[in-house]
Amino acid sequence: MGYQVKKLSLGTRIWRYFIILSVGIYLILPLYAMLDFSTKPFGGGNQGRTLRAWKVIPTQQDLLQSVFTSLALAALVMLLILSVIVPTIVWVHLKLPKLRRTLELICLLPLATPAIVLVVGVAPIYRWISINISESPITLAAVYSVLILPYTYRSVAASLSAVDIHTLAEAARTLGASTSRMLAQIILPTIRSGILSGAVISIALVLGEFTISSLLNYKTLQPVIAQIGRADGNVAVAVSLASLLFVFALLIVIPNKPKQKQVLDVDVA
Amino acid sequence: MQKVNETLAGPANRGTGYRFFRKKSAYLGILPFLILTGLFLLYPTYSVIWGAFHDGDNKFSTEVLTELFQYSATRDAFKNSMRLSGVTAILGAIIGAMFAWAMSVGNPDSRLKRFSLSASGVFAQFGGVMLTFAFLATFGFNGLVTSIFLKYFPTSSIANPTWLYGMNGLIVVYLFFQIPLMFLVFMPAMENMRPQWREASDSLGGDSKEFWLRVGLPILIPSFLGGALLLFANAFSAYATAAALITSGQFITPLQIANAISSEIGTANAAVAKSIAFFMIIVVVVIMGIYSLILRKVSKWDIK
Repeated sequence: MGYQVKKLSLGTRIWRYFIILSVGIYLILPLYAMLDFSTKPFGGGNQGRTLRAWKVIPTQQDLLQSVFTSLALAALVMLLILSVIVPTIVWVHLKLPKLRRTLELICLLPLATPAIVLVVGVAPIYRWISINISESPITLAAVYSVLILPYTYRSVAASLSAVDIHTLAEAARTLGASTSRMLAQIILPTIRSGILSGAVISIALVLGEFTISSLLNYKTLQPVIAQIGRADGNVAVAVSLASLLFVFALLIVIPNKPKQKQVLDVDVA
Repeated sequence: MQKVNETLAGPANRGTGYRFFRKKSAYLGILPFLILTGLFLLYPTYSVIWGAFHDGDNKFSTEVLTELFQYSATRDAFKNSMRLSGVTAILGAIIGAMFAWAMSVGNPDSRLKRFSLSASGVFAQFGGVMLTFAFLATFGFNGLVTSIFLKYFPTSSIANPTWLYGMNGLIVVYLFFQIPLMFLVFMPAMENMRPQWREASDSLGGDSKEFWLRVGLPILIPSFLGGALLLFANAFSAYATAAALITSGQFITPLQIANAISSEIGTANAAVAKSIAFFMIIVVVVIMGIYSLILRKVSKWDIK
């Protein structure tokens, strides 16, 4: 609902189109420039177009490896969210209502400790992990799942409050369902949309994460793109555009859009 | 809802026998979560705060913390960070709010509006290396806009791409995710304005200017300030975009932290890194604290 009752005046209409047009150009221009830049010949010059930058992408071993690593990381983060974080949020809402405030506080804490702060505290732990457990970048899944806790918490809590899970849980119990069956077949399907939108945002964030992995010297997608950029700008721009389009497709496909507002509307209460 | 639990474990049963065990066993369910967040969130946060107050020999000391700001490098980085966050928060908030207004006066169900909302969701998350490359392709060496200016206005400042690698460049790049974020946060407030309010103002003889001055702005200002604070915290804690654009030095505070923890440069200093990180936590917590206070005021106007 708008607050405007009358037909728009000419001045209002001109202002409106001026604002939409200038913001639109500012946002679309860099994306178009990426397409333009990725088809320019290496080393500058404006003569002719070439698909060289796009063609060499499959030959970059480092890059392919890092794409695989980042996708595996995203899958692992989703697994952690589904197997640890979401069940805990549901469990606390159902069984331990006293801990709800504490859980909310823990889940929103990453808002106060952005990646660049968290990496300072987490660096010694990852030094220990790489010496004693594994040097694989896959281990980053743990800190990533923590980093996106606020998003996960917001979307799951929002869809939990939309349904009366206590009544559902009691009904499932009365009909003889075990706790695990109640969780898997009653509660989880009910809050599926919240989980899904949280999960899609988490994939986008994992694929785009640079701060922690670059400072801990892991080769995930973003540090590798940055590294390529130092040698060959055209290829780096082509890869950025490709991964951006992938994330676009992923995020625009998010099943229920109204939830996005709640996910982004973060606060530390 | 809680009543059910209380009747299950009435006073007579509290603390004894099977019921007691069953009640406590519910706490086992959160153990995996506690291990995960304990190791990768609570302990790291604790270690940053603890480390800020201790010297290299693990003795309590506020030396690093108090001496930090005697170095001009720290002061400059902090000043640049504050300026960058402040400017992009104010500009982002104003432009984002104007965009929200432009969208709200139009058809409420238009395709343009729905597209802008979902595209903004993407742009607001789009920071880091990819964003930097997008702007390098636009305003960098051999970039789209640079080439055009070089051809037609070779003397203008945009023809020389060095401006991109400093404060002005960071401001232009950061606005790319700040404006959409403001639009997303501010749009609900804009849409919450009732047409009845305008009708009431009109029937009492008010004109458009009076409506905005006495009704519109007073209602929107808390949401606007809240959005601006969120943008400030967002810019203040951003690292990747600046790191990809400015590859060396410690221009802003997050870059300084990165310098202090990476051993490659040979200046690795855990105590310094933790102290600066501690300052960042304080700034972000204060900003987000005020933000949540403002949100509470805003929610008064939320008419469902």
